[in-house]
Amino acid sequence: MRRWGAALLIVACGLPLITRNAYHIDVLTGAGLYALLALGLNVVVGFTGLLHLGYAAFFAIGAYTYALLNLHAGVPFWLGLLPSAATAGLCGVLLGIPVMRVRGDYLAIVTLGFGEIVRILFTNLESWTGGPNGLLGIAHPTIWIPGQGVWGFGVRSVPYYYLVVALTALTAAVCVRMNRSRVGRAWAAIREDEVAAACAGIDTVQLKLLAQGCGAAIGGVAGAVFAAKQGTITPDSFDFILSVMVLAMVVLGGLGRVSGAIIGALVLGVLPEVLRGVEQFRMLLFGVVMISMMRLCPQGIMGALRARGLFRSPSSTVDAVPAA
Amino acid sequence: MTPLQVFFQQLLNGLTIGSIYALIALGYTMVYGVIQLINFAHGEVFMVGAYAALTILLVLGIAQPLVGWLLVGVVLLCGIASMAGCGLLGLGIERFAYRPLRTAPRLSALITAIGVSFVLQNVVMLLYGATDRRFPPVIAPLRWEVAGATVTILQVIIWVSSAVLMLGVQALVMRTRLGRAMRAASHDLTACRLLGIPVDRVIAVTFCIGSALAAFGGMLFGVYYNTINFHDGYLTGLKAFTAAVLGGIGNIPGAMVGGLVLGVLEALGAGYLSAQWKNAFAFVVLVALLLWKPTGLLGERVAERA
Repeated sequence: MRRWGAALLIVACGLPLITRNAYHIDVLTGAGLYALLALGLNVVVGFTGLLHLGYAAFFAIGAYTYALLNLHAGVPFWLGLLPSAATAGLCGVLLGIPVMRVRGDYLAIVTLGFGEIVRILFTNLESWTGGPNGLLGIAHPTIWIPGQGVWGFGVRSVPYYYLVVALTALTAAVCVRMNRSRVGRAWAAIREDEVAAACAGIDTVQLKLLAQGCGAAIGGVAGAVFAAKQGTITPDSFDFILSVMVLAMVVLGGLGRVSGAIIGALVLGVLPEVLRGVEQFRMLLFGVVMISMMRLCPQGIMGALRARGLFRSPSSTVDAVPAA
Repeated sequence: MTPLQVFFQQLLNGLTIGSIYALIALGYTMVYGVIQLINFAHGEVFMVGAYAALTILLVLGIAQPLVGWLLVGVVLLCGIASMAGCGLLGLGIERFAYRPLRTAPRLSALITAIGVSFVLQNVVMLLYGATDRRFPPVIAPLRWEVAGATVTILQVIIWVSSAVLMLGVQALVMRTRLGRAMRAASHDLTACRLLGIPVDRVIAVTFCIGSALAAFGGMLFGVYYNTINFHDGYLTGLKAFTAAVLGGIGNIPGAMVGGLVLGVLEALGAGYLSAQWKNAFAFVVLVALLLWKPTGLLGERVAERA
């Protein structure tokens, strides 16, 4: 598995050398951002088995945190990443505490409600967030190159592409390590049977909060990158459909699998652009593909591949498919 | 109007939209009851129902308000036709999208449901266009003053027809063989199969009934708001789902109560606080209620695991 991951990373790094088409790079950057989100949501839904339907809220919180810090305090992108992740993570934990009492599908609905409330808050708190028009003029990232001075990312495509590839690779590596750690095994135990996990001495409250915090923080990072890339953000970008799409990526790729989250995000992120040729029927075909893919591989793409003996990693401890 | 009259008026408006929410919520809750699936495509079925009713009105060429028996006839024709159409649609969705995934992880069916809703939205958009479609004014603007509040004949039609349908569903579930099979299926599908209950057929019929109710709700929605758009299924569906959860998902009287409560709360929230916050209000109430009563107003503990 590690070999495949490295191969994917090398291909990803080489792609801008092959295609000079800025549009293609932009599409892939978008898919990479989706991959980042899918990795974060996978920690919550896939590893720990908590169905979350308001994940776009953390993406929004990350984006608005960086945007507000940048516009009001002039905080540069690289410094803004940390508060974005921290704020989103904190919100994840804060949401996690009261919803401890709520389980299963009721949890899904409370998180859905949370997602909608956050979006409506950003829409209606006009003096802070610019309301439906959003925030404009958010600074793009800059880097300092020795001998060249300060170099801005501007509206170029390639720098963002590499930024997203790097963040996704880093996050994926962290997720794989976490999943194989003591914490990962505890999450899997909670996912399979929470009562049994608690009986085995796992602090389920703490670990569920940790999962929600980690997942949300990853969403926050993705949000900050999104805000820095776009330069403008509006509440519309963070609607329920986004939460649903990211969930679809996680499930379609293979729930609870890091590789699955990335594959799912690449497939569903690139597919609408591939279907641009048939503009009118684009979303219709997209829906048809979603249905057919779920019918063909109900365990997700990586699940189906593994069932055929492909990509099986010898050291994987958690190969059971989540029941949820 | 005195403050009391304003309150009364908001209450009546809330009960009207609440009845529509309740009709849609019934479909969510019945399907959830038997196979624990959040049928995300249900809001889209509601929207298709509204378009079906619109199509029939256009085919009949009705352009001015009707009265008397003609009105009753047209409402019945529209209602029955769109219910039948969407009932079949529900059967088809269940057969082709959900049944193959019966043994798959539960979230897989959830994703299929999202796929189905994309398909329905876009089919309707391709057929009817992306802009709002106006409903012809079928129902005469008759209105009465009741205790200082205005009641339109349309509101009365909505209350009466949805009450009849809801009582019908309740009777079906509590008093017929089919209803008994549905209740049994909601307890334990495997045990039902062992006892010779045709589980697949029961599930299909549940989808069919739920979709028909949503279609009727769609027709009422279209006539009440005078307009329909292919996007309308999403938010209304979300709210109806909220209503189902509010009442305790899987619980049929709960869905009715939840729908009415949500409608009233929303109308009061929009009237007294601000219309801008109307949509947030529904969700704040939902989150607060679930934190206080984690399984809804009338719900028992259903899903222990996600």
